[in-house]
Amino acid sequence: MDNVLSLRFFGPQLVLTVAATLLFLIDLAARNHPRRVAVLSGFTLFSLAVAGVLTATMPSETRLLFGGLLGHDKLAVFFDFLFLAAAALTVLLCIPSRKEIVSARLGEFYALLLILVLGLYLMAGATDLLTAYLGIEIVSLMSYVLAGFRTGDRKSNEASLKYVVYGGVASGVMLYGMSILYGLFGTTHLVGVGSIASQMTGMTSSLFAARVFEGQAAAELSLIVAVIFMTAGVGYKIASVPFHMWCPDVYEGAPTPFTAFLSVGPKAAGFAIAIRIFMSVFTGHGVTDVPWPAVVGVLSAVTMTLGNFSALGQTNLKRMLAYSSIAHAGYILMGLAAANALGVESVMLYLVIYLVMNVGAFLCVIIVAESAGSESILAYRGLAARAPLVAIGFAIFLFALTGLPPFAGFIGKYYLFAAIVQKGGFWYAWLAIIGIVNSAVSLYYYARIVRAMFLEEAPPATSLTTPRLYSTMLVALALPTLLLIVYWTPVTAWAHASFANLAG
Amino acid sequence: MDHPTTSTLLSWMLFTPLAGVVTITALVGTGIFAKSKMNELSRAIALFCSAVPLVLGIYLWANYDGASTQVQFVHHFAWISSLNVEYFVGVDGTSVSLVVLSALVSFIATIASMPWCQGKSHLDDHHFTQHKVPGYMAMLLLLQVGMTGTFISLDFFLFYVFWEVMLLPMYFLIGIWGGPRKEYAAIKFFLYTLAGSVLMLLALIALYYRGPLVPGADGIAHHTFNMLTMRDHAADYLVAPAILGVQFTHIVWIGLFIGFAIKVPMFPFHTWLPDAHVEAPTPISVILAGVLLKMGSYGMLRVNWAILPEATRWASYAVALLGTINIVYAAFVCLAQRDLKKLIAYSSVSHMGFVLLGMASLTPQGIEGAVLQMFTHGIISPMLFLIVGVIYDRAHHRNIEGFGGLAVQVPEYTAMMGLAFFASMGLPGLAGFVGEFLVFSGAFPIFQLLTILSATSVVITAAYYLWTIQRVFLGKLNEKYKDLIDLNWRERMTLYPLAAMALWLGFYPQAVLGLVHSGMDQLLRSIHAG
Repeated sequence: MDNVLSLRFFGPQLVLTVAATLLFLIDLAARNHPRRVAVLSGFTLFSLAVAGVLTATMPSETRLLFGGLLGHDKLAVFFDFLFLAAAALTVLLCIPSRKEIVSARLGEFYALLLILVLGLYLMAGATDLLTAYLGIEIVSLMSYVLAGFRTGDRKSNEASLKYVVYGGVASGVMLYGMSILYGLFGTTHLVGVGSIASQMTGMTSSLFAARVFEGQAAAELSLIVAVIFMTAGVGYKIASVPFHMWCPDVYEGAPTPFTAFLSVGPKAAGFAIAIRIFMSVFTGHGVTDVPWPAVVGVLSAVTMTLGNFSALGQTNLKRMLAYSSIAHAGYILMGLAAANALGVESVMLYLVIYLVMNVGAFLCVIIVAESAGSESILAYRGLAARAPLVAIGFAIFLFALTGLPPFAGFIGKYYLFAAIVQKGGFWYAWLAIIGIVNSAVSLYYYARIVRAMFLEEAPPATSLTTPRLYSTMLVALALPTLLLIVYWTPVTAWAHASFANLAG
Repeated sequence: MDHPTTSTLLSWMLFTPLAGVVTITALVGTGIFAKSKMNELSRAIALFCSAVPLVLGIYLWANYDGASTQVQFVHHFAWISSLNVEYFVGVDGTSVSLVVLSALVSFIATIASMPWCQGKSHLDDHHFTQHKVPGYMAMLLLLQVGMTGTFISLDFFLFYVFWEVMLLPMYFLIGIWGGPRKEYAAIKFFLYTLAGSVLMLLALIALYYRGPLVPGADGIAHHTFNMLTMRDHAADYLVAPAILGVQFTHIVWIGLFIGFAIKVPMFPFHTWLPDAHVEAPTPISVILAGVLLKMGSYGMLRVNWAILPEATRWASYAVALLGTINIVYAAFVCLAQRDLKKLIAYSSVSHMGFVLLGMASLTPQGIEGAVLQMFTHGIISPMLFLIVGVIYDRAHHRNIEGFGGLAVQVPEYTAMMGLAFFASMGLPGLAGFVGEFLVFSGAFPIFQLLTILSATSVVITAAYYLWTIQRVFLGKLNEKYKDLIDLNWRERMTLYPLAAMALWLGFYPQAVLGLVHSGMDQLLRSIHAG
């Protein structure tokens, strides 16, 4: 599709760009406005809503845009909605917060957040190595700034610096992998005419030629190296081992609303890119089999084990949730490792549920931190007596994260395990066993928080106030977590329909 | 769809307590009632919502057709059509007795949670009848939902959800209202059971995907969670590909069995039980011993025995051996106990061993004896725990050595305890005898050595019970307890119905056996086939 026609499918991205620019101006204009927070938040939510409406009303056909740089399909739209929801929840988290982000810099925060969402859109739709890299870099750059947003806070600075260093390494490695791919195939297009995907199947591919000239082993090896290097970029975004080291420090140092966003938005985008590259380029082709499911499976096992066992000893809630989010990246990779439609759909379903329960958990952390000024587990003692609603809500999110029925997390986990058990075979059986052992281990640290809240006595004379917006959000997030078990067909049907027809 | 809906009675039994949970939560959430008013109200709701299932349960028992081999009182409709999960509840002979048992025990536990007739026993504010009452009552009702649901689910997915639903209330009931080491006991219970149930989850998924394809509600062929269809297609699993180099049916059987065995609890997975019992408040111990343990053995019978008969035959000797270890080892451990409640807890482990032994024998007497033993243990062990609760509320300790000569002071209590002990010991004429006898006579032709070893436990059991009676009730009255008061009316309300049942079943075990017998032929035929 040519550039002008493509613009029709590029509306949400344009809206986000314009809105980010306008926000800087509104920020200036409303500098001394008495209802500054409301104006800025209102505008941001409004532009997210407009982007959402445009995303929803686009034709549901599958297209390649801008000469193959971007793809428009239901998969991209599915993830776009996740990003918008995550961003909107983050904005809502910022509104009543007094400690996380000073109101003087709120406009800046929102503007950068919108640009970040733009980057996520590009990631979800990337059908070219260049757009994939561009998207990942936009997201990374914005994340560096937002993680270090509390400039006076040493931990926040440290978080930002660590994020930059790890991000630089990961994106360098990924770029190297991309350059090898370009060397092998002579194109950056992932799908479409003459693309990597079509060369993988075609007899004209250089790989096939290499086989004819008996140089196939070297060509295949370089292809495998390229794919593994590409995984670095993805692994960094979803915080999987060995690219997870930034995660605890960044989660702890970043402003908590942004931590909540980081744990769901970029993670989902990382999976979007992984699904697109692995499933539409490197799956089911005859010429060369790239053993990416094995790589992903190993990463999955290592990631969830390391995440869960490291979380056991944490006493700072944000760090604990950081390790928990590493562990969850591991669980979700399990679905990807199945390398079939059932697996990918289970990944997508889990990301939706994870968005709700993880943002919910961070919401509870923010509520307690705003009142008690601490993220230590000690601040949660006797919370059930001081703030029953928060305690019950937090318990629901934590048990959902454990994957216990009747909470929504169980449905997500059921589908992930179903995907690999259905696949069958020796290694998948081991992956499943590692997965369930991890689920049982994870209960211990989630239950530690529940124990502090319900089983231990409150320190005397500490009250807790919950802003009305936060309690509304808490209920709004807890209800689906609790009630999805009654009927969840719409969510699986949505995920199923979204993966049915990839651009290409 | 096979097995169309014939009755919604079971759903009423299942969801009335859930309605109670929702009502209590909503009332607390809206905060329209003052705290003391709310306590009263939540107690009333809990009583009502556990009385309704009992009444329905009695109706169920009276109207269950013992001659039929079909599942009855079926409520069945499609739930999640893309997975072919169904809402499918119904009862057969084994489950009908356990559903009624769980309704009865839950109601008795609810009465035991009331602060009535306290007299001079001075319960402090942290006693489970006084402390955070609405939360306690909601959790108690939720526990009942989980138990009832497990016994009536005929869809494996539904079964699993209810199996897990029971974990949370149990964790909180032990953890919030328990004794001094409640936190440790609660998390230990939680972790053990969860570890078992996640194994079960994998086995469940494997059974689903390697099982038969049947037309679902949307007309497309799906795999199925329907346990009756799985049972009828048991042969399909014999040809499923091996997992990790082990035959499919065997490894799945092991996964399921460990999940269930932790709940039974079977040696070596039994160590959570004494901790949980000792720390749990009395009514929760009553439910734990009376109903929860049976979920494990019921699950084995419903899933392992029925769906994987070939693997059951393959493993039967191991099960019998582990059952024997349970029986003998736990009985010896009982001899060494000083804490009365811990003694009762270990005696539960010992008595559940008979269930395992009977089931492993794969003979009609053995399995029927096992089911009867489940039921009678579900009557006797709640009695034992209630009796411990009575003395603990008065004396505030449970040390067996710390009493002495109480028979003079509290004759009615002594009589009750004597009855419960003798019933538990298996004295002929009381409920415990028939189950044990059937288990022995069923198992002896198959496992002679193990049965003889198990039979020695009868002597050990008599020894620890009689020795306990001697230390607590006989001899000279301990001066500290010369003002001890006898049973009050609340305690009578909980103990007498159970005592009556223990006597009645001792003379007329046919009341339970008649229900169980009809389904047994089919089960045994499939186990011994091929």
